[in-house]
Amino acid sequence: MKKLVFIFLLGFSFQFSAQDLMDLLDDETPKSDEIVTSTFKGTRILNGHSIENRKKKELEFVISHRFGRINLGIEELFGLDQSNIRFAFEYGLTDNLTAGLGRSSFEKTYDGFLKYSLLKQKRGENSFPFAVSLFGSIAAQTLESFDPNFEPTFSERLFYVGQVLIARKMSPSLSVQLTPTFVHRNSVALNADPHDIFALGFGGRINLNKRVSFNAEYYYAFDELVSLTITNSLAFGVDIETGGHVFQIILSNSITMIEKSFITETTGDFFGGDIHFGFNISRTF
Amino acid sequence: MKTIYSILLLLLVANTSIAQNKYLTKSGKITFFSSSPMEDIKAENNQVLSIIDTSNGNMAISILMKSFHFEKALMQEHFNENYVESDKFPKATFKGKITDFESLSTLEKISIAGTITIHGVSKQITIQAAVKKTDDLISLKGDFLVKVADFNIEIPSVVAKNIAKEIKVSFELNHKPYKK
Repeated sequence: MKKLVFIFLLGFSFQFSAQDLMDLLDDETPKSDEIVTSTFKGTRILNGHSIENRKKKELEFVISHRFGRINLGIEELFGLDQSNIRFAFEYGLTDNLTAGLGRSSFEKTYDGFLKYSLLKQKRGENSFPFAVSLFGSIAAQTLESFDPNFEPTFSERLFYVGQVLIARKMSPSLSVQLTPTFVHRNSVALNADPHDIFALGFGGRINLNKRVSFNAEYYYAFDELVSLTITNSLAFGVDIETGGHVFQIILSNSITMIEKSFITETTGDFFGGDIHFGFNISRTF
Repeated sequence: MKTIYSILLLLLVANTSIAQNKYLTKSGKITFFSSSPMEDIKAENNQVLSIIDTSNGNMAISILMKSFHFEKALMQEHFNENYVESDKFPKATFKGKITDFESLSTLEKISIAGTITIHGVSKQITIQAAVKKTDDLISLKGDFLVKVADFNIEIPSVVAKNIAKEIKVSFELNHKPYKK
């Protein structure tokens, strides 16, 4: 205590140098929480969503492609002859709520989603270790791929997905995400197919430099459709950021880009060469 | 020890006779402006800390990089993530001395010489400022140019046309008497 008083008095007894003034400014800096930002570069880790939202009034146009399987060989130009395209408009209603509308060519599926940023990771006085976003989507399959004896109503063409996205930026270059997922289908191909499927997603990114990151994503499904030979969705890729664009190059065993589909309907064996090359391009307006 | 305390206390009392020698603001305003053929980029920070010691003319400014607000959220993200790397270098600072600080109340223009640190890189700089001093206010206002390349801030060639080589920085700091 005596020492403190001494230092205190000493400090006041001499004129302040610029460095002392700087220390004084540090003391005077208001203590506030700092929200951790840029956990991921884009709104997708690869196939699935990341916790990131578009900011208020930002409109993002997203074009995604997945080509055919690489192991189809040269005749199909390693899958490039086939492609599934999804284009979507995604809009920030508020800083924390994003709405999107998309259409995939695969099974002619329309999808709409809402993503809400519920909790933010924070540093400082009231620090919080991770961020949580909620995601919900509805997809409508309009392709007539159903059993010819079954004329589905509109409601029977619908699929629902709910996700809790939990992410933490471990360091400026490493972020990880856990994604508990629930998928519900209003109609199934076989009676033995489950209507409800639970899955858990694991995703992460490592920054290779300021503008390029390496990403990986895996979804483990606890329940499987029996009408298809199902595998878990796996993807590796890189994010490349150029000004207003984020460009993602992807290798995945899933050909689809919407949750209900790549999480529960993936059939490719990644390590057997059933790999789809693909990319996501987004342009923010 | 007691004698030392007494002396220090005496000095403190002596100092209080010129007590109002420090002026502080926590809400200084700094804006920067980049003008290029492709687009104009503007950012504003209203939470700049600045302090002046009028007894010797020393001055310090502390600027939290994440407090700069841009028109577009994406610009702000790129500024923090890619250009100034705010996680690594959270603050820009200035430490310097006002020349002719004795005649602050009479002069209209002063120059401040010192060291500016941005993105971890320090540079000597002399800044001109319009000054207004009353008993309970020291206002400094002015602008200066900063070369992006001087501070080791990389601009990739794709966006080189969108960002000016020299950024105009404007400041308005209204210091009030500092009371501990």
